[in-house]
Amino acid sequence: MLPELGHFALILALLLAGLQAFFGIAGPMLGRDRWIAAVTPAVAGQFVMIATAVGCLVASFVANDFSVLYIAENSNSALPLFYRVTAMWGAHEGSLLLWILLLAAWTVAVTIGAARLPPRFAARVLGVLGVVSFGFLLFTLATSNPFLRLDPAAPDGRDLNPILQDPALAIHPPILYTGYVGFAVAFAFACAAMLEGRLDQVWARWTRPWTTAAWAFLTCGIALGSFWAYYELGWGGFWFWDPVENASFMPWLVGTALVHSLAVTDKRGLFKSWTLLLAILAFSMSMLGTFLVRSGVLVSVHSFAADPSRGIFILAFLIVMIGGALSLYAWRAPLLKSTAGFELGARESFLLFNNVLLVIAAATVFAGTLAPLISDALKLGTVSVGPPYFNPTFMLSMLPLLALLSVGIHSNWKRGRLKDKQRTLLYTLIAAAVLACGLVFGIYSHGRVLTPVGATLALWIVLASLVDPIDRWRRGLSLSRAVLGMTIAHLGLATAVIALTTVQSFTTERDVALAPGASTSAGGYEFRFDGVRPVEGPNYDGVGCTIVVTRAGAPVTVLRPEKRQYWVQHQVITQTSIEVHRGANILVALGEDLGAGRWSVRIQIRPLVSLIWLAALIMAIGGATAASDRRYRTARAAEAPALGATAGDGAA
Amino acid sequence: MMNRFTLPAALFVLLVIVLAIGIKHSPDKGAIKSPLLGGPAPQFSLPNLTDPARTVSSAGLKGRWYLFNVWGTWCGECRAEHEMLLQVRRAAVVPLIGLDWKDDDAQALSWLAQLGNPYEVVAVDRTGRTAIDWGVYGAPETFLVNPQGIVVFKHVGALTPDVWTRDILPRVAPRGAVKS
Repeated sequence: MLPELGHFALILALLLAGLQAFFGIAGPMLGRDRWIAAVTPAVAGQFVMIATAVGCLVASFVANDFSVLYIAENSNSALPLFYRVTAMWGAHEGSLLLWILLLAAWTVAVTIGAARLPPRFAARVLGVLGVVSFGFLLFTLATSNPFLRLDPAAPDGRDLNPILQDPALAIHPPILYTGYVGFAVAFAFACAAMLEGRLDQVWARWTRPWTTAAWAFLTCGIALGSFWAYYELGWGGFWFWDPVENASFMPWLVGTALVHSLAVTDKRGLFKSWTLLLAILAFSMSMLGTFLVRSGVLVSVHSFAADPSRGIFILAFLIVMIGGALSLYAWRAPLLKSTAGFELGARESFLLFNNVLLVIAAATVFAGTLAPLISDALKLGTVSVGPPYFNPTFMLSMLPLLALLSVGIHSNWKRGRLKDKQRTLLYTLIAAAVLACGLVFGIYSHGRVLTPVGATLALWIVLASLVDPIDRWRRGLSLSRAVLGMTIAHLGLATAVIALTTVQSFTTERDVALAPGASTSAGGYEFRFDGVRPVEGPNYDGVGCTIVVTRAGAPVTVLRPEKRQYWVQHQVITQTSIEVHRGANILVALGEDLGAGRWSVRIQIRPLVSLIWLAALIMAIGGATAASDRRYRTARAAEAPALGATAGDGAA
Repeated sequence: MMNRFTLPAALFVLLVIVLAIGIKHSPDKGAIKSPLLGGPAPQFSLPNLTDPARTVSSAGLKGRWYLFNVWGTWCGECRAEHEMLLQVRRAAVVPLIGLDWKDDDAQALSWLAQLGNPYEVVAVDRTGRTAIDWGVYGAPETFLVNPQGIVVFKHVGALTPDVWTRDILPRVAPRGAVKS
């Protein structure tokens, strides 16, 4: 009964999304106020219906209803309750439903926030969101219905993919999707502005908090995925440039550019058409990611079960949404004129460089991700593009970005002169360089050329970012949340750069064969292998081993990596064991049985690697702080559009 | 009328063409394969239904082709399939090994006495652990295993004459060496 109820609720949601789209777009166009008034109830109804559908699916999972095909394929009666709930989004159909639920939640949030917007504009925003929701609901019902029955019912389920039976991965999709879907709001604001044919600074102020919030979620989601890959996949890497990882990283890069471009449009009324284009691109990248992951076009470790009919549907949907938005852009953007000018060296130009470099970075990732596809289409054979391509090309655009950041935050709007800031910048740069070289050569006494460069740029950002806030704090002046958030996010970026530089330069990695009782040393630690023992979990068994780690005779820790074989899906999963000691991650993974009690063991010592995920969290906190600035909430429609930059209000 | 505002749309058209070709070329046309296909058949050692003192083990089956059929008296579809299984037995091309899944022994024996026994031997899987190993998620399911012990074909649902002539016979007896 529950699955049918859920299915029915989903069909009603589709109808309501259709109404929301129609009334939201046609209402303002034809000037029908009663149509506009119908949009909000449609949003609310749609949310209730989608929540009902999700509730029905989760309840069926909890009740082990294996007469539902999706549940029979992705759950098992031996699966713990927590994973029976998270198994809801463990495969294609359910994760799509989660996507839709989050979109509905964002739409409700926009509806509540829209009380301050002009009714026509708000209706258009909700109408565009209705179109997006309609498309995804239609996709789910037509090609990916999670409520299909299995007749006869399976006596037991095939179990959730073992790599998904992990707390970090269980919460990774909801957070990542919240970020992805959040860009739909910026997209809707952009389309609404183009439909209206009017875009001013107030528009940018409405759009900014939504975009920044979505960006913060996406940052967290990507970091969680990277964290999970690090300790679960057992290869010890934290980023693999896998197509699915790239699919989440491209919207992040474009979204970062959008956050900065919106600052210029908000403060100076410039970059209008560019901001529109970025808003379209950020969400397009999100949808393209969905397409790449689910169509089977690219092969990836994360791929969902491929189905070309789904691929064709998503492609058609992409053509309607992105093609439609870009056509609207080609038609309307030429009407937007920016009158103000700025000098080279003014803050506008630094943010322009920021945008250009971030878009170049996104384009290089995009090219690398699609390279296998393009070479296949041109019949050039199968190519594989990996870290040797991504690492240097990405660095090429990131290094100038970091260097310009420190200068950029000290520049002024409109005017190019840095004046007394020049001295501040020079001093902080010298201090950063001395500190960086001291740390790099003092602690490690070696390093590649890029090591001190990366460390210097990162420390320069830290020092340069802190100069103004400290100055204001000493003079007893308050900081706006926008500026505070910006500073926190920039400090997070600097932290990430420090961590990445250290990890890339000073990682010790060893693969050794060890017999029981044998020892090996790596990176100043001694590792003693005490042999393997059988282990058994609720739905897996396997072997585990004990490795005693000491440093100069003193005990550090005991690590217990495991190799698990999940019964139902016959998948072997390496469970690494990690200890954090003096800021470094000591990671041990159990490899292959080499016979006679000997096993291959992988040992890695990665200094500061945990800082990478902490840095992402800091960036996300910065984003959340900036998005909560009072200024956005008081920005009413009635306000005069031409509010210039007020003193002390940065480009957050 | 090409200007800088239509450029994004033009680039998007190019992208759509690449993606469309990508879908056409996508390696696997849909069907979700069993992870077992092409891999070794899971090992088991279970009591023999007709002679509880003896066991049926995967090791004893190596060296020849066999059809591994998962069934149970509680499964309606298995009854529909039974006539086809008897025909397979009569064709005598490949032996049928049964896995009586989560079933009552007495009921299973009376089922075979009543409907006829198509199996060379039936292994009893009372706990369902072996069926889980084989990745079974609904009876009936049939696996074709080659003499090297590799699963070469899997069929979910009742075996039909169609599946027999199209998917199983050509694999077991190539070149039409045996009459179907």
